[in-house]
Amino acid sequence: MINSDERVSKLKHRPPKTDWMDTPTVYKKGMYCYAAKPSRLEYMDAPYPKDWSCIDEDWQLPENWKEILLNGMKERLEKFRTFKIFMDICVRCGACADKCHFFIGTGDPKNMPVLRAELLRSVYRNNFTKAGKILGRIGGARELTVDVLKEWWYYFFQCTECRRCSVFCPYGIDTAEITIIGRELLNLLGLNIDWIAAPVAFCYRTGNHMGIQPHAFVDMIDFFTDEVETVTGVRMEQTFNKKGADLLFICPSGDVFGDPGTFTCMGYMIIMHYLREVHGLDITWSTYASEGGNFGLFTSNETMKRLNAKMYAEAKRLKVKWILGAECGHMWRVINQYMVTMNGPADFLEEPSNPITGTKFENAKATKMIHLAEFLSDLIINKKLDLDPSRNDRLKVTFHDSCNPARGAGILEEPRYVIKNTCNNFYEMPRNTIREQTFCCGCGSGLNAGEDMELRMTGGMPRGNAARYVSDLHGVNTLACMCAIDRAVLPALMGYWAPKVDVCGLSELVANALIIPGEKEKTENLRGEPILRKDVDPDEWYVRPDFPGRE
Amino acid sequence: MNKKYMYSLLAVIVLILIAYVGVEAMGLQVLFGVIIPYLAVLVFIIGFISHIMDWARSPVPFRIPTTCGQQKSLPWIKQNKIDNPFTAGGVIIRMALEILFFRSLFKNTKVSLNEGGKICYKWEKWLWLAAIAFHYSFLTVIIRHLRFFLEPVPVCLQWLENIDGFFQIGLPGLFMSGAVLLGAVTFLFLRRLYIPQMNYISLAADYFPLFIIFSIAFTGILIRYFTKVNVVDVKALAMGLASFHPTIPEGIGVIFYIHLFLVSILFAYFPFSKLMHLGGVFLSPTRNLPNNTRAYMHINPWNPSVKIHTYSEYEDEFREKMKGVGLPLEKE
Repeated sequence: MINSDERVSKLKHRPPKTDWMDTPTVYKKGMYCYAAKPSRLEYMDAPYPKDWSCIDEDWQLPENWKEILLNGMKERLEKFRTFKIFMDICVRCGACADKCHFFIGTGDPKNMPVLRAELLRSVYRNNFTKAGKILGRIGGARELTVDVLKEWWYYFFQCTECRRCSVFCPYGIDTAEITIIGRELLNLLGLNIDWIAAPVAFCYRTGNHMGIQPHAFVDMIDFFTDEVETVTGVRMEQTFNKKGADLLFICPSGDVFGDPGTFTCMGYMIIMHYLREVHGLDITWSTYASEGGNFGLFTSNETMKRLNAKMYAEAKRLKVKWILGAECGHMWRVINQYMVTMNGPADFLEEPSNPITGTKFENAKATKMIHLAEFLSDLIINKKLDLDPSRNDRLKVTFHDSCNPARGAGILEEPRYVIKNTCNNFYEMPRNTIREQTFCCGCGSGLNAGEDMELRMTGGMPRGNAARYVSDLHGVNTLACMCAIDRAVLPALMGYWAPKVDVCGLSELVANALIIPGEKEKTENLRGEPILRKDVDPDEWYVRPDFPGRE
Repeated sequence: MNKKYMYSLLAVIVLILIAYVGVEAMGLQVLFGVIIPYLAVLVFIIGFISHIMDWARSPVPFRIPTTCGQQKSLPWIKQNKIDNPFTAGGVIIRMALEILFFRSLFKNTKVSLNEGGKICYKWEKWLWLAAIAFHYSFLTVIIRHLRFFLEPVPVCLQWLENIDGFFQIGLPGLFMSGAVLLGAVTFLFLRRLYIPQMNYISLAADYFPLFIIFSIAFTGILIRYFTKVNVVDVKALAMGLASFHPTIPEGIGVIFYIHLFLVSILFAYFPFSKLMHLGGVFLSPTRNLPNNTRAYMHINPWNPSVKIHTYSEYEDEFREKMKGVGLPLEKE
């Protein structure tokens, strides 16, 4: 892969000479994910499982594939007002065009949100509108062909459903919604990517995307318990599937599985231990509902519902008061905008209030699920956490708003409040790249695979660029985020675009700053980095050690 | 360069010629002055209402507003009540700002790459400005035209005309709205033509309304300021239409009929085109719903029943392994 400087110098945003309908889709290596293996679809009883590759000439489509897609479109036009309106009212004003990270990073005009939608809209016009039927191509309509289908597949898996374009659209047209429906249509023919289909099947079977079976899940947490003990001197036993616990805790399994999410996971464990020891709050893990994320969101609304159902089912079985949800991006889009609608009402749970502070969480009285950042903010402002921010003095922190908590919920101030109370050095990235205007990591919505690294590095360019900006300007060396996909993918992105910046979760920062009863004298953080200035060479003080993804 | 605008230009020229030949050579004043306008309004009303009904009938399975600010959470965290509304009141303000002032468009930025590969985001106001100028001048023009259909002319129309003709240039006095409309339409057209990305995404259907509105404004200006049609005759025709006693006064020039014909075409075209954004903007679920699904359960009318993997199935599959690590079990 070419380096970042060369990539920037080659980047052009001029569209090609040929009209987009006449520009064939070329599958470029590194820009797509591998096709879904048949076993994944079979496990979910999904239609048309097959052994195929997206670069095959023949996609082994069923004879009536066109009919299936068009019927699927018709059904969805009747089921989703969003789809119908978004197909009808776009005026192609172009406001969305340069809001997409994939367009900014690739210059490919079909990555302009307006054109991504036109890929579908052109077929909609052709088959569902009078004007399109009469005027044909002049009216912006085109026939659904295998080439069009392949174009859909390529570009609907080059959208991370981040909704940045929808912030700027004068009618609120949401490309995420269009991509979601586009992918639902593709799934009618078994045309998913494996990086989505596999986690879905795993999650359905084992309760989490990683496919971690219950005994292995316990073993992994046990391993972290040892690690945490080494650093803090305190043994922090966790409880699993415990009936009658106060709260059920659900995190994205990515944090249990891979660095640097594992440090965030240890952070969760330390916080839970602290709350148990100091405040008597009993929080349990579940191996059955061991996934916060939901790759069903990237497959179909039915799949999303099937995977999400475990959260309430487990909360009911364990008879907890309410559910505490950890740091994950799309998980919180699902919880905030879909969960109670799909699987509610959650009348078997209590309206959530903080057992330690008594604060009622009015905003979650139906879903009965609280974001860890909301919970921590409430604890901090009520002085229920004993924090020493100077333990994080080696970090110069900036905060990356993940797309879904930002534009699918609006959880903006809570994480900042937590960071400011656990770190002394906090710097914001430029205004156009944070909060509701935040840029995607380039890997959301199931595109965080290994084979599409080129796509990830181009899509993550605006985020990488903004991180580089504060790294150069303020010496920022840590990008905090509250999303497991971010933690999994941003180290590589930072390695490419902003090599001095490491990645961490909120809970890692909290755990490092937390003064735990009975702890040994702290000299290192969870990553084994010395935290006292006297132990470190002054030139090395702000340098983060090597981390995975940094070359 | 994308030549799709040629189709639309050609279509509008043909439409103008049809009206010209029809009235000038064939004397079809009744057709162009009465029948087509009536039909056009009928098509507009039926088409517009049925489209809105069609949208309104389609369900909203999920509550998915795009949140553009801080949510309502803890009482001491300041919520952005407009960009992330929790109540109907907040939604009304958000929608009003969107519809009256094009708030989202106002936030528009432009991306460029600076030296050294830094990405730069600039506040881009021209599109917003042109959109505001276009829509408000068009609205003013439409309201001004009500004077042809109302007798006596309401006093508020008189006020509007006084403001619109504030500069008192020429005789009859120049209305700013007409000039602004023409300018804004021209800008929006040139933008589509010369900004490469805009050109790339533009369809014939994007140019057609611009050409037709340009022609309407242009012929209107010709009638008022240059051919100086007899306003009393035009009013007689309009009042006839409005009172369902249509008459065709003598001596109204062909330019007027072209103007009227293009307006009729615009009306009839409206419900089948992107111009329906006028109605759609009110119904867009990412803007017109509060972000409060966590507090108030939103009902999906077609909530599907799905097969789920139950805990007992899970325990059945993994019982021995769970036992091995001491996890509590429902069935031993």
